[in-house]
Amino acid sequence: MARPVLEMRSISKTFPGVKALSEVNLTVAAGEVHALCGENGAGKSTLMKVLSGVHPYGSYDGEIRFEGEPCRFRDIRSSEQRGIVIIHQELALVPYLSVAENIFLGNEHATRGFISWRRTLTHAAALIRQVGLDESPHTRIADLGVGKQQLVEIAKALAKKVKLLILDEPTAALNDEDSRKLLDLILALKAQGVSCILISHKLNEIARVADAVTVLRDGRTVETLAVGSEGVCEELIIRGMVGRDLEHRYPERTPEIGEVAFEIEDWTVLHPIDQRRKVVDGVSLNVRRGEIVGVAGLMGAGRTELAMSVFGRSYGRWTGGRVRLHGREIRTRTVPEAIGHGIAYVTEDRKQLGLDLDDDISRNITLSSLGKVARRGWVDRHEEARVAESFRQSMNIKAPSVFTRTGKLSGGNQQKVVLSKWIFAEPEVLILDEPTRGIDVGAKAEIYTVVADLAARGATVLLISSELPELLGLCDRIYAMAEGRITGELSRAEATQESLMRLMTMSAASPDKQV
Amino acid sequence: MAQTETTPDTTPPAPEPRRPPSAGAVLARALRGNLRQYGMLVALGLIVVLFQFWTDGILLQPLNITNLIQQNGYILILAIGMMIVIIAGHIDLSVGSLAAFVGAAAAVMTVEHHLPWPVAVAAALLIGALAGAWQGFWIAFLGIPSFIVTLAGMLLFRGGTQILLQGQSVAPFPKGFQNISSGFLPEVGPSTDYHNLTLLLGLAVLAVAILQEVRGRRRAASYGLEPLPAGLFLAKLAAITAAVVAFTLLLASYHGVPIVLLVLGVLLVGFGYVMRNSILGRHTYAVGGNEAAARLSGVKSKRVVFLAFVNMGVLAALAGLVFAARLNAGTPQAGINFELEAIAAAFIGGASASGGVGTVLGALTGGLVLGVLNNGMSLVGVGTDYQQVIKGLVLLAAVGFDVYNKRKAGT
Repeated sequence: MARPVLEMRSISKTFPGVKALSEVNLTVAAGEVHALCGENGAGKSTLMKVLSGVHPYGSYDGEIRFEGEPCRFRDIRSSEQRGIVIIHQELALVPYLSVAENIFLGNEHATRGFISWRRTLTHAAALIRQVGLDESPHTRIADLGVGKQQLVEIAKALAKKVKLLILDEPTAALNDEDSRKLLDLILALKAQGVSCILISHKLNEIARVADAVTVLRDGRTVETLAVGSEGVCEELIIRGMVGRDLEHRYPERTPEIGEVAFEIEDWTVLHPIDQRRKVVDGVSLNVRRGEIVGVAGLMGAGRTELAMSVFGRSYGRWTGGRVRLHGREIRTRTVPEAIGHGIAYVTEDRKQLGLDLDDDISRNITLSSLGKVARRGWVDRHEEARVAESFRQSMNIKAPSVFTRTGKLSGGNQQKVVLSKWIFAEPEVLILDEPTRGIDVGAKAEIYTVVADLAARGATVLLISSELPELLGLCDRIYAMAEGRITGELSRAEATQESLMRLMTMSAASPDKQV
Repeated sequence: MAQTETTPDTTPPAPEPRRPPSAGAVLARALRGNLRQYGMLVALGLIVVLFQFWTDGILLQPLNITNLIQQNGYILILAIGMMIVIIAGHIDLSVGSLAAFVGAAAAVMTVEHHLPWPVAVAAALLIGALAGAWQGFWIAFLGIPSFIVTLAGMLLFRGGTQILLQGQSVAPFPKGFQNISSGFLPEVGPSTDYHNLTLLLGLAVLAVAILQEVRGRRRAASYGLEPLPAGLFLAKLAAITAAVVAFTLLLASYHGVPIVLLVLGVLLVGFGYVMRNSILGRHTYAVGGNEAAARLSGVKSKRVVFLAFVNMGVLAALAGLVFAARLNAGTPQAGINFELEAIAAAFIGGASASGGVGTVLGALTGGLVLGVLNNGMSLVGVGTDYQQVIKGLVLLAAVGFDVYNKRKAGT
């Protein structure tokens, strides 16, 4: 191995109540492209935040050495001064400033506080050529597609004399063409001596550009693999990424599965802004009565987008597809229509999309079905409080009373309130999106029981989850999605973490390389 | 409904046996929990006491109280509508101009075209509704920020007023119309030293208020809430009784209940009930509190916002009528800065700048805080220059206090 440019040794980072990283090691050789892999929540982002100074020195344990010298970064600025630049998935560009202005934002060519436009524009033009961007330095960022914006970010990094470039899922939002260009650029920069850490889920991408792969799982380094000329051994990466402990007990179920109740056929959705991107691409799936069907997939696979689009076209632009309930086609063009047909969607983002945090438990629970506690448009508050109280007890929501503001509750209890809201709506089809994200073990177990119970009563459950053990523990059947498409369907008996991960990392661009 | 029996893995720890908390602790907690609700009522009380003292008792004289109500009626009406718009997460800058426009229209209809005044009132309210629908359309269905749409409306309706009146005041209104602002409940029954209908009305209000309190307390117990201890509860009832009786006697010893107060009472009870208990009211809070979550719960958020503006239009029209009636003229200069007073009233009364929070009672309380400050400072002889400075500071302090408390409480 060549001389290391970066060494991170036994990095540990604790958030209140959670150990995000424990004793993580990462070594990047000079001039190499180093891929970082791991499931959602494995600690990749936290590790990069430690490296870039977002989590400053002192807030973590362990040692960072860059170019042989120990580093104690206080903030992003101090890590950038050393030449470590991170490009996040959500790009940090100002839409109404020009390409040149963005490239030198916070790093301006200036004399006594006044910008030197001559130097700015010459330098910008040179950087734009270097990253292969075919645009004028005067173009506004808002007029560029995501792919080109990504290149501007890289130009911005180059302007800071980057030595180690960190890219967080750079191709997640790009189409195939733009992805290819970006990967080429990474290789070109490597030839110029820029080292790179590439966070990615796409194994074919890693095989193409990376020299080595480090796999993280549950905040620990699992292994570092060299990528040989024949490509990385994908089996090894997959095995490293999964293998999470089956730490939870799942409720015993003897599913009574009936006829097909809910079907999605050939559903296609375009990205709301970049209409060339198919976020959901011809997805078909079905769920039977009393069945719990899982949808596995990594970040950006299009699972949430699929669910929200089916639920009243709440995401993106629908371009085709049908929904059937008991064999009859139904319209779900608005949320009230979807609810009217007995569909409920429990969001993955309870704070932004699930709850009115200013309002109390009772009013949040009844919001989607106020008609059930009202007569002729008038809410019976006594009945409402009674309903809410019965949910507080049956769901074990820990709060002084049903008049407690939901903003004061813990994540697990907030999730129980959202779930109560939709159980109260008595849906036939319940779509759960990451129902246990960020909640404690006890609350998780309670939610599993509730979901199993609903299925036992004949509800049809579609469970979107990034936790493979959860899918394996609860589901009767699991679909896997990658890049907007269904890449496979496994029965409970067939499914393992490895087989699912293989489907989840299958790239649409080159499906033949996998499996 | 679907009830789910869960068998939790973790049983919550048994609650520790508690001693009944002291009355002071309960009072402190009740105040803390409902700071937004009660804080301003208490502040209003303090301001009243302060000025009663400073003005050597003039503030609470029957004549002055009646004046206070008639002077502030239109702002209070606007504040109710504004509160609802702010709860829905928007703002309306056009209400002062709209009120002027409607007043002008009413003047033109009754004075120049000799329409019967009830017809003019109905037409005026309709104009308000249409103006509100116009603005609501742009805001709710086309997604143009309410700040912009109503800023445009402010100019539109102000210009419309001047066009309608051709720069002149149009006066006087018929007597019946003037009564909207300056009238009182009629004298009936045997001659006493007091206004009889007012006494009856006060008695009715007292009875209903006490009934509500008792029912509320009984219900609180059935929800598993800790009710106020009996002693405190009785004290609260006594305070309510004293306030209602004192206020009734004050008004009854002069001309009785002004028509404006009656209108305000109806609006307070009506809108208070709608906002608390109707599906539409609930949806308004939800849309303002978290629009995305409301939409994903099946709330037709555009419709809710549209209706909030239609309602604001009607209330602005009503305020315009009351103001025109008080002035006994439609004038091009009517309603200037009313929108600012109404917005200030709503925020002093506990509205949140991000929407989703506030009560109709709060809007009235906030409006009265401003009204009493105006009236009291004028009586004491503070010039309008300093009055504005003080009102500005009060607004800042009220909202700042609120933000501080919210932060301390954590989200």
